[in-house]
Amino acid sequence: MAERVQPVSLSTLGGAAVVALLLVLTLGTLGAVAWRAEEVSALSRNDWSAVWFTLWQAAVSAVLSAVCAIPVARALARRQFWGRGALLTILGAPFILPVIVAVLGLLAVYGRSGIVSDTLVWAGLEPVSIYGWHGVILAHVFFNLPLATRLILQGWLSIPAERFRLAQSLGFTSRDIERHLERPMLREVLPGVVMVIFLICTTSFAVALALGGGPKATTIELAIYQAFRFDFDLGKAALLGLVQFAICAVLALVSLTVSVPSGQGAGLDRVVPRNDGSKVLDGFAIAVVALFLITPLAMIVAKGLPGLPDLSPSILGAAWRSVWVAVSSAALTVLMALALALLAMKWGRGVEAVGYLSVAASPLVIGTGLFILTYRWIDPVLLALPVTIVVNAAMSLPFTLRALSPALRQVEEDYGRLATSLGLSGWTRLRIVVLPRLRRPLGFGAGLAAALSMGDLGVITLFADPSRATLPLALYNLMTAYRMEQAFAAALVLLVLSLTLFWLFDRGGRVDADV
Amino acid sequence: MLTFDKVEIVQGDFSLSADFSVPVGAKVSVIGPSGAGKSTLLSALAGFVPVTSGRILWEGADITKATPADRPLAMVFQDSNLFPHLTVAQNVGLGVKPSLKLTAQEHTRVAEALARVGLNGFEARKPAALSGGQQSRVALARVLLRDKPVMVLDEPFAALGPALRVEMLALMVEIAEERGLTVLMVTHDPKDARQLNGSTILVADGIAHAPVPTGPFLDAPPDVLRAYLGG
Repeated sequence: MAERVQPVSLSTLGGAAVVALLLVLTLGTLGAVAWRAEEVSALSRNDWSAVWFTLWQAAVSAVLSAVCAIPVARALARRQFWGRGALLTILGAPFILPVIVAVLGLLAVYGRSGIVSDTLVWAGLEPVSIYGWHGVILAHVFFNLPLATRLILQGWLSIPAERFRLAQSLGFTSRDIERHLERPMLREVLPGVVMVIFLICTTSFAVALALGGGPKATTIELAIYQAFRFDFDLGKAALLGLVQFAICAVLALVSLTVSVPSGQGAGLDRVVPRNDGSKVLDGFAIAVVALFLITPLAMIVAKGLPGLPDLSPSILGAAWRSVWVAVSSAALTVLMALALALLAMKWGRGVEAVGYLSVAASPLVIGTGLFILTYRWIDPVLLALPVTIVVNAAMSLPFTLRALSPALRQVEEDYGRLATSLGLSGWTRLRIVVLPRLRRPLGFGAGLAAALSMGDLGVITLFADPSRATLPLALYNLMTAYRMEQAFAAALVLLVLSLTLFWLFDRGGRVDADV
Repeated sequence: MLTFDKVEIVQGDFSLSADFSVPVGAKVSVIGPSGAGKSTLLSALAGFVPVTSGRILWEGADITKATPADRPLAMVFQDSNLFPHLTVAQNVGLGVKPSLKLTAQEHTRVAEALARVGLNGFEARKPAALSGGQQSRVALARVLLRDKPVMVLDEPFAALGPALRVEMLALMVEIAEERGLTVLMVTHDPKDARQLNGSTILVADGIAHAPVPTGPFLDAPPDVLRAYLGG
């Protein structure tokens, strides 16, 4: 379009720099790791079983999450009840919940000395163990059942209310409604839901680190970590990184053929009251899912509170470190997302694809690649936190970009001509029109990035130095040392900090924002 | 004089040609069936749509390649004329300086422009706190400050009720006459054209025809327009 023709500007340079940085981070680091590998070691049987386990657990987690979400979404779509709004909020929370906190909460419920085991022992039965493949899947369902529920609920609410009224006036039974209205919707929505969750579970690391391990429950990411940390086998790590990239690339191609839901549709607060279906079954579905989600978090609060006064200074230090890592990472994410989105307005949307590359990349490979590229000049220990900041920013970028990019296009569509006709260009246009109009997605994106970075237990695990541990790593170390009282208190701090950071940024984008 | 010199605009299957002049101070309605290219004509004039061949001239100077902001015209769009996050004074102030770094004297000019359109003391309000008519007045106040010889309006005041629209058109004409502005206004309503009481450009069948006096033209419209107007 004529109005977008501008000379090479600062924003183009900035955007191009971000593209270059991301390419180095995702592809360059992978290349560096492969290049440094002394010999190309073939994948062993254990590595192949990690590949197999990754795909298998991701498929089971995705299908289980989606199937269990159907009755819950249906109940939420047709029942109005006290606490519905709160439950919807909780369904949105796992996304910004630190993985390691959730794992600790699940341990408190399903672990060897958790509530479930205690009850079984009391009844004279064997206690259950959460470690192993079933623990990994349980944790993945815990994280993704809420996401699946929200996405499927959106599908339900996309059926016009008039259709349900028409069905009632035609005397449809529940079975008829199911056949004519609900199943067609589910056929459309479910493949996308399964796809998204499958992708998320494929690159899972922290869950597998904490609950998995061994030949039967090691994901590719965990295998990469072990290759670095225990064997320092760079060739194997690079090869596994490539396998992960390949799997994600195939998934990305497949996902082009199914419509992946956006997950950003508004208006989940609408209910279409109906008199079909069983109230008892709906109530049961809602109660079970609420218990499933709330109990582990309630355990964190209950078991964490008593330990708070005794938290060691090293944990508080880690908390402080994590906060500034999270804030820096959020700032970097937002800057990169903005630069990319602006560049995409000029060069076309293909540019944005670079921002999504990190979905397929392994943070551990990125981290190691950065070391290999820089260790001759900089002491690796000094790099621990900067690398964490950069890697976390790259990993959050897809989500922030997804919130920001459509909003930017909308601003240009609504106000682009007006701004151009008034002579607003370059930095002035950004300052007066674009940034104020983007406050909401900017705040939301920054909040998301801050919370994700705050709770991240990924690349930081490559560093053993306790003086540079972030709070999630410190918490993981407490857990492996079985210092549970401290661990629960630290988890509570981490939980509160993550949610607070998200809330502060998101809120910052909303207050005084004129629609 | 505003001249379309053998202008051709081609966009895929769509094409529009224009070859005529509009004298300074003329009040021109642009009318024609939907999709004929009324808005495209004005968009090309404003610099949002590239001209495939031919030239656009203002007082003899070629403006075909000028950027939208450098052209001798101020635009009033169908809607979204105001930025919702800026105050009334800021929205108007953009007409003085896009950077909004105004001197005291320029602030006075903003206040005077607002007074001229009947919005004394509305400086600090946000657009959401204004009625539709008041929002249109703010847009006109900004046109005043842009100080351009041509005013281009693309179905302006479309969101307003009939009475309010008559009122806003009257205010617009008053301002145009005070300043000796040339007006080009796209409309789909012959009543608007009659109220503007100047000449009319018919856009139909890929041609923007030269302006002719509005009254006689609308009294005996050509078949292509008669079908669109419905009798």
